[in-house]
Amino acid sequence: MARKKKKMPGLNTSSTADISFMLLIFFLITTSMDTDKGLARRLPKPPEPDQEDATMDIKSRNILFVRINAAGQLWIKDEMSSGFGDIRELRQRAKDFVKNEQNLSKWPEKHVKNIDLLGQCFVTDKHVISVQTDRGTPYDMYFQVQNELVAAYNELRNEISKQKFGREYQYLRDEEKAAIRQYYPQNISEAEPKKYGGDQ
Amino acid sequence: MAGFKKKASREMPEMNTSSLPDLIFTILFFFMMVTTMREVTLKVKFTTPAGTELEKLEKKSVVSFIYVGPPTDNLRAQMGSSTRIQLNDRYAEAREVMDFVAAERQGMTNQAEQVISIKADRGTQMGYITDIKEVLRKSWALRINYSASQRK
Repeated sequence: MARKKKKMPGLNTSSTADISFMLLIFFLITTSMDTDKGLARRLPKPPEPDQEDATMDIKSRNILFVRINAAGQLWIKDEMSSGFGDIRELRQRAKDFVKNEQNLSKWPEKHVKNIDLLGQCFVTDKHVISVQTDRGTPYDMYFQVQNELVAAYNELRNEISKQKFGREYQYLRDEEKAAIRQYYPQNISEAEPKKYGGDQ
Repeated sequence: MAGFKKKASREMPEMNTSSLPDLIFTILFFFMMVTTMREVTLKVKFTTPAGTELEKLEKKSVVSFIYVGPPTDNLRAQMGSSTRIQLNDRYAEAREVMDFVAAERQGMTNQAEQVISIKADRGTQMGYITDIKEVLRKSWALRINYSASQRK
């Protein structure tokens, strides 16, 4: 007599939900959601041991000094003018300085440079923005200055990208980005902090 | 009468919960994707500055964190309230950053891409940051990132 085929009883899965709930709760507790963002900077290479004083010969017209004292005040100085400045005007100040649209003799010198994809360009790539801080300078102020300077460069790069390629910098191809970076190189220098203003 | 059966007290049919585990698993996977493991217990308190020109830290595997700020409230009684540097799970001096960088670099496959993210409190004096930066320079960890929050 052929046995009647027995139906396999289904596995009781009612607790699977509980198990996965526990896993879920475990992950909720041990992980964090915050995406890390930040201002990316590059430090200069360490000085060679036999290197003398690292003062390069930079013409004073090529330097924009931004000094932040212990009270968090800005002192902006170039050949054109010097004085206490506000963080809100720093971006425009840096843009005007790096761009030197009218080729003024008190702002960075311009010279012809041959850049791939862009051809002959009239650039100010010898300029330097020097940020100096005191040991007592609040970090927040320093960060805001860095942020404004990077913003100034980003705006300049966007302007030239739109003019040359018709798109914003972030949408360019890698080789186009490299060309723009040659047009407006980021020269932010941070010298050894000096002591001036305020005892800390 | 044949047609009129007394309505038996009918039970409510149970809801089918067989897809509940799948649902929970989906949520679980979502959280596994978007979150990261918390690596260290923070011993310093910090509020990062707010900026506009921020970039995302793309490759988590090459990033090491340095925390700078005053000790957390429950440690304040022992440690005081002056700014401290935290490496991994303990307080450290700025010069120890060099060993930390080297140790972190050991485990990385592409060591040239190493990024040091500095998570510092807004009120930190630049002296601490400058010291750290000097040591980072000496240890050839040149790619750094000032951790910050997005400002609208």
